[in-house]
Amino acid sequence: MTEPAAKEQARREWPLWEVFVRSKRGLSHGHVGSLHAADPEMALRMARDVYTRRQEGVSIWVVPAASITASSPDEKDPFFEPAGDKVYRHPTFYDLPEGVEHL
Amino acid sequence: MTVPTSPASTVELAPPVQYVLRLGDDALVLAQRLGEWSAKAPELEEDVALTNIALDLLGQARALLSHAGRLEDAGRDEDALAFLRDERDWVNVQLVEQPGGDFADTIARQLFFSAYQYELYGRLVDSVDETLAAVAAKAVKEVTYHRDHAAQWVVRLGDGTEVSHARMQAGLERMWPYVGELFVSDELERGLAGQRIAVDSAKLRAPWRQFVDDVVAEATLSITEGLWTAPGGGRRGIHTESFGYLLAEMQHLHRSYPGARW
Repeated sequence: MTEPAAKEQARREWPLWEVFVRSKRGLSHGHVGSLHAADPEMALRMARDVYTRRQEGVSIWVVPAASITASSPDEKDPFFEPAGDKVYRHPTFYDLPEGVEHL
Repeated sequence: MTVPTSPASTVELAPPVQYVLRLGDDALVLAQRLGEWSAKAPELEEDVALTNIALDLLGQARALLSHAGRLEDAGRDEDALAFLRDERDWVNVQLVEQPGGDFADTIARQLFFSAYQYELYGRLVDSVDETLAAVAAKAVKEVTYHRDHAAQWVVRLGDGTEVSHARMQAGLERMWPYVGELFVSDELERGLAGQRIAVDSAKLRAPWRQFVDDVVAEATLSITEGLWTAPGGGRRGIHTESFGYLLAEMQHLHRSYPGARW
């Protein structure tokens, strides 16, 4: 696609929104998918129509996909690998001293 | 399923049956019209939105037609009433049978009709007919969303580009002639309203107009006064040209394969 054509396409397409739904009170919002909409109000209503048709939720967040900064797959090793052998970061690593209650 | 050989024509039925059929026919015909957008809406998300609205209306229609069948007590169930009545036995208003045309026509039709259903069901929850009251209580939440959905689009298109403004204005003008019929209450309806079964639709006009005027003003559009008014008659089984085609499409499968099921 030529550059002007790509720009034209970008202008015609609605921006992308990420949708988060809270399934019930007390739980946190979870990512359920994404959709295209012209603005936040439209995004919210479309999210309601597309993602809560079967009573999946009691609350919806929509976030412009462009606002999300994501970790890159290329950085997977330096980001996540180092946590692999740090067993002492899990509470189960520690033995409870005798006589400690309420833990 | 029992199908009577020669069911009475709708306008000869007892008033409560006719009244429930009117509401059910409105919902079913508009559901069918909205279904025409399935897989053809301007955006995937809007496709789902319109289909959801159609399915809400279909649900209302099923409850209402089943109730009408029970009131009539002549062996007709929801399927018999939906698929085996001819044009003159349908008593929906003509607004709901108007072709969706372009998206703006569809949205104008939806704004006018959902705002009407909102006022209607909001009062029908107090009906002494408990089934009607229960259907209304469930449906009023649905139509509140339908009304909001339509209003959002009217404002968006009206207050959008030059082209969308012109097309939304044309949509309003195309549907406006069919609005009058929504608020004509005949003797049958007034009688039932006196018994607190029905709602007198003439009383819905003022609050309806207030809502529509607010939306139209926010959308920088206008209601053109002095447009022609359709002669109406839907409640007596008089329909516009395209209605027969709609029925043919909706009923053909059931008539070709009686009792067909998924």
